[in-house]
Amino acid sequence: MARRTYVATTINGMPTEFLCEPRQSVLEVLRDELGLTGAKEGCNNGNCGACAVLLNGQVVNSCCVLGVELEGADVTTIEGIADGENLHPLQQAFLEEAALQCGICTPGFIVSAKALLDSNPHPDEHTVRFWLAGNLCRCTGYDKIVRAVLKAADASGAPVP
Amino acid sequence: MESFEYLAPRTLAEAFAALGNGKRSLMLAGGTDVIVQLRENRRSCDQLIDLKHIPELMAVDIRADGGLDIGAAVPLAELYGNRDIARRWPGLVDAASIIGGRAIQSRASFGGNLCNASPAADSSPSLMAHGAVLTIASAGGTRTVPVDEFFAGPGRSVLQPGEVLLRVSIPPQPARSAVFYHRFIPRNEMDIAVASAGVRLVLDESGDRIASARVALGAVAATPIMVPAAAEAVVGQAPVADTFAKAGEAASAAAQPITDMRGSAAQRKHLVSVLTVRAFEHALQRIREGR
Ligand SMILES: Cc1cc2nc3c(=O)[nH]c(=O)nc-3n(C[C@@H](O)[C@@H](O)[C@H](O)COP(=O)(O)OP(=O)(O)OC[C@H]3O[C@@H](n4cnc5c(N)ncnc54)[C@H](O)[C@@H]3O)c2cc1C
Ligand code: FES
Ligand code: FES
Repeated sequence: MARRTYVATTINGMPTEFLCEPRQSVLEVLRDELGLTGAKEGCNNGNCGACAVLLNGQVVNSCCVLGVELEGADVTTIEGIADGENLHPLQQAFLEEAALQCGICTPGFIVSAKALLDSNPHPDEHTVRFWLAGNLCRCTGYDKIVRAVLKAADASGAPVP
Repeated sequence: MESFEYLAPRTLAEAFAALGNGKRSLMLAGGTDVIVQLRENRRSCDQLIDLKHIPELMAVDIRADGGLDIGAAVPLAELYGNRDIARRWPGLVDAASIIGGRAIQSRASFGGNLCNASPAADSSPSLMAHGAVLTIASAGGTRTVPVDEFFAGPGRSVLQPGEVLLRVSIPPQPARSAVFYHRFIPRNEMDIAVASAGVRLVLDESGDRIASARVALGAVAATPIMVPAAAEAVVGQAPVADTFAKAGEAASAAAQPITDMRGSAAQRKHLVSVLTVRAFEHALQRIREGR
């Protein structure tokens, strides 16, 4: 076993330190070392997006990034999306539009959609579908999810260009 | 996944020192291929060398001569997120924006896509159509290789042990030219090309004749291939449907595809013809629209 490496990072705004083996993915570190089980493992090979987190503001699949790569990085997981007790507009819209069933894919969809709305507050439907192509859902179907994202964009109050 | 050490050199010199320490090394750029391959025990190494802290590999430079230098590990999303690049090199965006989904594009690089050397990789035909040149560095110095000559077989390139791909350079493109790249996949997004084509069309000063062309195909041979016969078929001709059809026939004739789970050889031969014709049409449209 390779020596465990010390990594200092920021997760959901909190300075966070951990030890991990170089072969451990960010997903494994979050779930197994840090108890942050919001990001889900669907495929463990980059195809499903259930493990999505924001890494320095960019959406990534945490199963395809190594824990050791987080040194000095800023990470946001699904646990850091709400503002305390107040749900993020995306979370609210997913509930209102019934955009989830089993919920395994939901953290990934919300994190990925947040990255979209952060960079483009009023995307059209095509843009939403293209952006979310890397997130798979096997029970809800995509229409409700896309509707929820569009609703959250409307509800966000961001100025329409 | 077997265990390995992780190294994050800050300079090329540090990277070469690590590469020369006698251990079995693998390079890490965005990790979208190599992390999955390590996990599935398709590859193994003693040490994984992260290239993303080496400034040269993360640099993007729009050169004064009109060319573009792309550090080998620059994430795809950073490239097409750059407005100047997106406007001036739409043929690069064609490839960068369809490699995996958005989360893959935050990490994946052209350099990693090339070094992984899949015959179906999307960056290759686009970069070949642009006439891109690769700069390869080792402890002994640097050498350049046209991207057309980089691939040696499925999963194999001309990179030697101890060598690192430093950057991808797009030379200044000719006047009245445009590149277009696309692929056929059964889904709308997130799939590997069944067949693909990238072309560069260059018109003469009158705009009525084709001055030159480059045609590159993916997923129809052991490596991505250039098809000089398809280019020769259109030079001097008017940029019209009949001309493009000849290029399509030449592309189909040059393709030596296999049959696998993604498609049959016959289907692929047909597809590259259609993809080549349409790529010419789209490139022509780009020239006409001044893009
Ligand atoms: C879900 C999913 C979907 C995908 N869809 C597509 C697709 O549609 N089209 C497509 O073309 N690809 C696709 N891919 C593969 C694509 O993501 C990779 O080929 C990617 O471009 C590789 O870049 P990277 O920076 O992640 O490389 P890495 O995985 O870091 O490295 C790839 C290989 O190149 C070597 N390497 C990397 N950089 C260098 C360097 N500078 N010098 C020497 N060696 C180096 C590494 O050691 C490794 O062997 C997909 C992958 C996934 C997981
Ligand atoms: S678990 Fe990471 S993409 Fe599926
Ligand atoms: S709600 Fe079950 S996979 Fe999407």
